[in-house]
Amino acid sequence: MTVKMTPSGSATDLIPLAAHRRILHGDLGGKILLGLMAALIVVVPILNLAVPSDSPMHISTYAVTLMGRYLCFALLALSLDLVWGYCGILSLGHGAFFALGGYAMGMYLMRQIGDRGVYGDPVLPDFMVFLGWEELPWYWLGFDQFWFAALMVLAVPGTLGFVFGWLAFRSRVTGVYLSIISQAMTYALMLAFFRNEMGFGGNNGLTDFKDILGFSISAPSTRVALFVASALALALSYLICRAIVRSRLGRVVTAVRDAEPRTRSIGYRTDRYKVWVWTVSAMLAGLAGALYVPQVGIINPSEFSPLNSIEAVVWVAVGGRGTLFGAALGGALVNYAQTLLTAWLAELWLFVLGGLFVAVTLFFPRGLVGLLRRREGS
Amino acid sequence: MRINVGYWRFIGMILATLLIGAPALAQQPDADAEFAEQVAALNARSFDEKAAAAQAIADSGHPRASTVLQALIDSRLYFRVSGGDVVLAEPTDGGFALTDPVTGKEAGTATQYEVRRVVINNAIRGQVRDLIARAGLTSADAEVRRDAVRQLLSNPDPAVAEQVATLIKDEPKADIRRDMALVLGLSRLGSGDPAERLRALDALRGSLADRVRNQVRELAANDPDERVRQQAGAMLSNIEDKRQLWGLAEQVFFGLSMGSVLMLAAFGLAITFGVMGVINMAHGELIMIGAYTTYVVQLLMPNHIDYSIMVAIPAAFLVAGAFGVAIERGVIRFLYGRPLETLLATFGLSLILQQLVRTVFSPLNRQVSSPAWMSGSIEVNAAFSLTLNRLYVIAFALLVFFALLAIFKRTTLGLRVRAVSQNRAMARAVGVSSSRIDSLTFGLGAGVAGLAGVALSQLTNVGPNLGQGYIVDSFLVVVFGGVGNLWGTLVGGLSLGVLNKFLEPQTGAVLAKVLVLVFIILFIQKRPQGLFPQRGRAASEG
Repeated sequence: MTVKMTPSGSATDLIPLAAHRRILHGDLGGKILLGLMAALIVVVPILNLAVPSDSPMHISTYAVTLMGRYLCFALLALSLDLVWGYCGILSLGHGAFFALGGYAMGMYLMRQIGDRGVYGDPVLPDFMVFLGWEELPWYWLGFDQFWFAALMVLAVPGTLGFVFGWLAFRSRVTGVYLSIISQAMTYALMLAFFRNEMGFGGNNGLTDFKDILGFSISAPSTRVALFVASALALALSYLICRAIVRSRLGRVVTAVRDAEPRTRSIGYRTDRYKVWVWTVSAMLAGLAGALYVPQVGIINPSEFSPLNSIEAVVWVAVGGRGTLFGAALGGALVNYAQTLLTAWLAELWLFVLGGLFVAVTLFFPRGLVGLLRRREGS
Repeated sequence: MRINVGYWRFIGMILATLLIGAPALAQQPDADAEFAEQVAALNARSFDEKAAAAQAIADSGHPRASTVLQALIDSRLYFRVSGGDVVLAEPTDGGFALTDPVTGKEAGTATQYEVRRVVINNAIRGQVRDLIARAGLTSADAEVRRDAVRQLLSNPDPAVAEQVATLIKDEPKADIRRDMALVLGLSRLGSGDPAERLRALDALRGSLADRVRNQVRELAANDPDERVRQQAGAMLSNIEDKRQLWGLAEQVFFGLSMGSVLMLAAFGLAITFGVMGVINMAHGELIMIGAYTTYVVQLLMPNHIDYSIMVAIPAAFLVAGAFGVAIERGVIRFLYGRPLETLLATFGLSLILQQLVRTVFSPLNRQVSSPAWMSGSIEVNAAFSLTLNRLYVIAFALLVFFALLAIFKRTTLGLRVRAVSQNRAMARAVGVSSSRIDSLTFGLGAGVAGLAGVALSQLTNVGPNLGQGYIVDSFLVVVFGGVGNLWGTLVGGLSLGVLNKFLEPQTGAVLAKVLVLVFIILFIQKRPQGLFPQRGRAASEG
């Protein structure tokens, strides 16, 4: 059964390992993706900052931020594809890691507001003053330092991923059960973060950010810098994921996807491999969230909603799972389509999204990449 | 209030005599003129005068007395700025429609500058409520009498006790008699004679009402007589123990009612997921469709709300079942054996169905009114009452459960369903059309989800997101109880409901839910097969 659902990436899987020393060998899609990122990093800042705003070539700051957001979603899709496409774990809770990374960044940005908040308290964020809290909760300490927040962006989702993965994979919770438990995880976190007592701003979340690393968060140059950072992060993460799936560890993970009992019988501790990949994927999702929050200027508990996580799954499915670059493509494209459609016909979007789910599973199980390859082959 | 006791006693005596003679007085020709004078006095300068006027109106026994008094406490009594006549006023757009308080005839309209409200304070408001209640004691309508006695319970005084003491003998309704006895007992607790107070305590024994507890606590602490203090103390601890016990019973009841909702929502899933192994993420939307069917049935028969639910139950089953068969034929059929793909496709369907409902009806919540025979409650005692609609939902859930059990164990369809789920190839070999059985089974599961929607529509408002909240919960119930086992779903649903309700007071509703989720995640670590694991061949294949 598992063999049937395997999209099994490229035909190059059959070539002996020795030919794959170089990470990008035979990976045309990956090369295109990286080339695209390099082009964006060079072209977009010039078109936004250097080209005068009345020129038709000019890209507005709004558009730059929008593209930056697509890149963050692409990164989330990439992290999801690492576990779903290569390890066969369908996570319906990756939005939780995304949101946790976002909250870690949001906490840093909150602390940067300092005494410019509505209540003018030098240390406490506005919502804590509003709740009548006297001092900062312990888990907010250290978030005034960027390096600490950056560490937490990876550490918090990573730790949750590790604990969750360790509990789930060790007791061999697989398939649909794991999907539902991961959904329950993000649902539980959403409910928890809605509570004011949690100390994360409750319903309203964290917002009204002013500075990041001393630069005004609304300035065009900062926006461009954030865009460049997102593009770099996506390119770098792609290389990391590619390195993982090309390594020996990656081969074992793929084996787990295709025939877990058999891999276990050969003598691999499959649960450890799964926890490893799962944790890396959670950290990448956290990174995506951390880059997303300064660009949209808000993080609230609705980011944990199960719908967000499951939407990310459809990005991967549309792009083509088990290809990494296809997932990134899907993440950007589906969101672009959403922006276009909600502007025209807001009502239609959910029909289209729902239809995408059904169509992709029934008619294009390999997504856009699969379609392109089929055309190439014929 | 205490200061008023002497005053009250005096008024009460007059009242008691007057009320009995009231009908006769109302017949007199000059009664209207006198009544008009009293009404006009409501617009006096001081609150004391107003209180006296209200008293006089109550004593008049005029047929419109209670209308005027009710208007007074509802802030519908106004006076004209010029002339000072008191009128009843209903706000219309741009002003007020006026009514003459004495005759009840229309008295034209006024702008908001021409009339002012007759201002009263809370003391008068309380006094007038009592006055209305006393008048209500002699009403022929049992409902009015019941409310009147309830109102007096919150402020019983010796003056009214005498009236109640005479009325209690002729009261036909047992529960009103009981409340009347409470009023009597409570009023006698204030008596100056210790022996009388002791007798009153005896009479109140067994009651758990708030008012009784407060009075007894007061006596236990402050009564000048040692014996009264002791007896009151003993009674108090007795009352507290019993109230705690009943409080516990109430929590169990709420838990069971919540659990039965979970259970109903999970039954359909226990069939589609448990028996067929299909992950149907659109299950919540099938529940929603059932709820909307109830709503539509109610719209179609606006004059028969009481019976519409009887039509809605089979209608919801059929509509949701039809949707289910369509989903199975259109999508799921092609995805058997690919659970993750099924999950995604059905999730897409759930989005489409939600948006469909938003487009067809509206994104706003709709209210489904419960039939009269389902509203109200059975009051076991002052500390514990069973809400009827929740009781019906519990009964309905059990009914559905046993019906399903019968279908699976006793009918040919059930036999075939079990055969296909245990060994598809063998079932086909002996002549079972497995694809038809798949459709029917899925339709049955969807229909049961529709039934859950009918039950839910009686408890909450109906909206496009209604089902979403139940999908995770019902999966957890099925997983917790053990896949493919209806008994597991029953026990799982009920125990999760009760667990939730017991956690709630300590942690708050949201955290309780989180804790239950965490509990289940940890539970599955220990027992991945749930409470009632499947045994035998079917288990090893899953």
